[in-house]
Amino acid sequence: MENRVPAVELRHITKRFGPVVANRDVSMAIRRGEILALLGENGSGKTTLMNMLSGIYYPDEGQILIDGKEVVIRAPKDAFELGIGMIHQHFKLVDVLSAAENIVLGMKGKLDLNGAIERINAICQQYGFEVDPRQKIYDMSVSQKQTVEIVKVLYRGADILILDEPTAVLTPQEADKLFNVLRNMRDDGKAIVIITHKMHEVESLSDRVAVLRAGEYIGDMLTAETNAQEMTNMMVGHSVTLNINRPEPVDPRPRLEVRDLTVRNEDGILKLDGVSFTANAGEILGIAGISGSGQKELLEAIAGLQPTERGDIEYIENDGARERLIGKDPLKIQEMGVVLSFVPEDRLGMGLVGNMDLNDNMMLRSFRKGRSLFTDRKTPHQVAEHVVHDLDVATPSLSTPVRRLSGGNVQKVLVGREITQAPSVLMTAYAVRGLDINSSYVIYDLINRQKAAGVAVIYVGEDLDVLVELADRILVLCGGKVSGIVDGRKTNKRELGLMMTRIGGMRHE
Amino acid sequence: MNKEPLFHISKRGAVPWYAAWAIRGCAVLLALIVCALITTLVTGENPISVYVTIFNGTFGSPRRMWVTFQNVAILLCISLAVTPAFRMRFWNIGGEGQTLIGCLASAACMILLRDALPGWAIICCMIVSSIVAGAIWGGIPAFFKARWGTNETLFTLMMNYIATQLVAFFCVVWESPKGSGQIGIINQKTELGWLPVIGGQRYLLNILVVAVLTVVMYIYLNYSKHGYEISVVGESERTARYVGIKVDRVIMRTMLLSGGICGIAGLLLVGSTDHTLTTTLAGGNGFTAVMVSWLAKFNPIWMILTSFLLAFLSKGAGEISKAFALNQSFSDILTGVILFFIIGSEFFINYRIHFRHGKKEG
Repeated sequence: MENRVPAVELRHITKRFGPVVANRDVSMAIRRGEILALLGENGSGKTTLMNMLSGIYYPDEGQILIDGKEVVIRAPKDAFELGIGMIHQHFKLVDVLSAAENIVLGMKGKLDLNGAIERINAICQQYGFEVDPRQKIYDMSVSQKQTVEIVKVLYRGADILILDEPTAVLTPQEADKLFNVLRNMRDDGKAIVIITHKMHEVESLSDRVAVLRAGEYIGDMLTAETNAQEMTNMMVGHSVTLNINRPEPVDPRPRLEVRDLTVRNEDGILKLDGVSFTANAGEILGIAGISGSGQKELLEAIAGLQPTERGDIEYIENDGARERLIGKDPLKIQEMGVVLSFVPEDRLGMGLVGNMDLNDNMMLRSFRKGRSLFTDRKTPHQVAEHVVHDLDVATPSLSTPVRRLSGGNVQKVLVGREITQAPSVLMTAYAVRGLDINSSYVIYDLINRQKAAGVAVIYVGEDLDVLVELADRILVLCGGKVSGIVDGRKTNKRELGLMMTRIGGMRHE
Repeated sequence: MNKEPLFHISKRGAVPWYAAWAIRGCAVLLALIVCALITTLVTGENPISVYVTIFNGTFGSPRRMWVTFQNVAILLCISLAVTPAFRMRFWNIGGEGQTLIGCLASAACMILLRDALPGWAIICCMIVSSIVAGAIWGGIPAFFKARWGTNETLFTLMMNYIATQLVAFFCVVWESPKGSGQIGIINQKTELGWLPVIGGQRYLLNILVVAVLTVVMYIYLNYSKHGYEISVVGESERTARYVGIKVDRVIMRTMLLSGGICGIAGLLLVGSTDHTLTTTLAGGNGFTAVMVSWLAKFNPIWMILTSFLLAFLSKGAGEISKAFALNQSFSDILTGVILFFIIGSEFFINYRIHFRHGKKEG
């Protein structure tokens, strides 16, 4: 295997963005018939490196060799001609077209849709995809859309595939299916690169692991000869513990009660259907479900951002007094003295203002305080200093626009601000999505500290491994309905996965 | 196979302010050189003398200087008016109409109240009515935007034409002398409703009012809670809702302010500068103001510079077409070239261009 010419060879690749070096002198090889896992923390340059292969960026220095020949990749078109196909985190499909139409879109030559459908079916059969070429994209689940993206690059003759965090949006069952397909493709002699953060995926799927840290290539090894701990240490640069703490809840008492909550979105589609549960103070309530099962609507309804159709949301004070939250906007909830912190899924589009600096973002929650016409800038500045210091946020300065920070640091800023409010209810949506191991553990630790402080935590997560380790109780949503509420200490991934796709499952309570 | 592209473009990080201004300075210099080349090639005139004419046309005599400053003041006033809306990403291109309607309100007070009230009372009415008129003209599109999500760009643009037609109508209603279809100087003998002249300089009042307005607007936008809300709404309405800002209310409030300040510009035009009412009184400043605001990146202090630059350009350009008997279009060409370079320089501030390396051995 070692003496074959690699499919792709990178030699001394360097890429800078202004003063930031995204990749420094990276040399590595990608081989055929092999699944390579590209590991690294956020901002370690994985995606940048792969974007240079797919023609989105152009390297400042260094050479790229395909099958031993030096090539120049100036645009995605060049990459396609060399057989390189990349599947991005955000799908690039036209909603109103069918799968087949999306796949042939932009190809040269005469349009022969029937011929294309035949070829698509052949590809699907060969590797075990399940796609109906005539189905419209808007009718598809996330996993189906991803399949279309993969078939699209295969259809165009790609034999070097790069997948950027492909499982972030999939259920465990869907991820398993994807892995089988990828294995089939590997056995067919294709070169596959998968960018991921999830250790168990690396271990179960890849043949070889390559690690980047701070833009530099650290090394590679055979997956069979390493383990999660060693890989993590290489990524982070020092050893870390991989266990999530789950202290026993101290004096849990009901804090938030949701009864029969029903929500329709703007298009009149039922997103939540009779959801009832109680969140306790001093406890982490995990919420699991396939993405789009109503998680977003649930949290936004509690936060006062989502109009509801029916049901009740009540906040319960320490002395047992109840106050209704339903029908109140965020301002009214704040004026009632209920401190409700919310870390939304869309960090830069909702939780923070990307173009504002850290100080101004800290001000978002507090700027109304006081009777003065003018904003108080001193306190937010101090808060920003604290957050940067306590959570170890990597930022050039406090006056840097937050959109310039890496994903992990953006999240630390957001979570830091929300926690500074000293909330009594903390809601987080996909708090560690796209975060590297180190930042993820920082966030888990922060959430646990809030739990210890008697905050009712609602944690919407997608990584079931984390949910079963972190949450005290787990509520599973399935198509807007509560599929069940289970004890986090007694359940497992399989059970949750089944409950996510089908109403029912055993109740432990 | 070795076809490294001739150049490729990459984004710069944060550029220090002095580098950004050096790039902008180079752009202006280059623009002047290109303009000189065009002038010489096309007309055969000496470019230096053309520039001297531009300069003299603007600053040549105290009177000309005062006129220039007056033009800058009105342009800056309208620019200040549209800026809060722009910060909110509400593209108010109705500054022209909001100003005109302010003019109309002022003129109406001067004409209709001249027999009923003393001068100072008329002025009070003018101030209130012009601000209210401008605010209504700005508030209508804001209301529709806040309530039904209409497109503010089209709406504010259309409101300009309504304002122009209203003014045209009242020009006929109040025509003087009869049959001329024009309103001459209003209250020429009595000077009722004329804003006071300060220090013997006709235009000083306008300049002072706008100077105060500039500082107030800068503080309002950067240090007040309202200003902060405007920025948040502009950057992301979802974030604004998330922190409990009432987006509709902010849109309405900001557009009332925007229109109100345009009304002040109208008041200054009728009450202090021209003492008359015509459909072209705003003189396109409502549109130039958009450019002033954008070029200054919505910063009121920088807007002093950019409004000055644009007023200077249009004034100087007009001057050369007179002095050298050139077509007015020629001055437009020069203005266009200069703006092209200034706007184009922003590209070089944000991006860096890498040319092909000489050698390829690593």
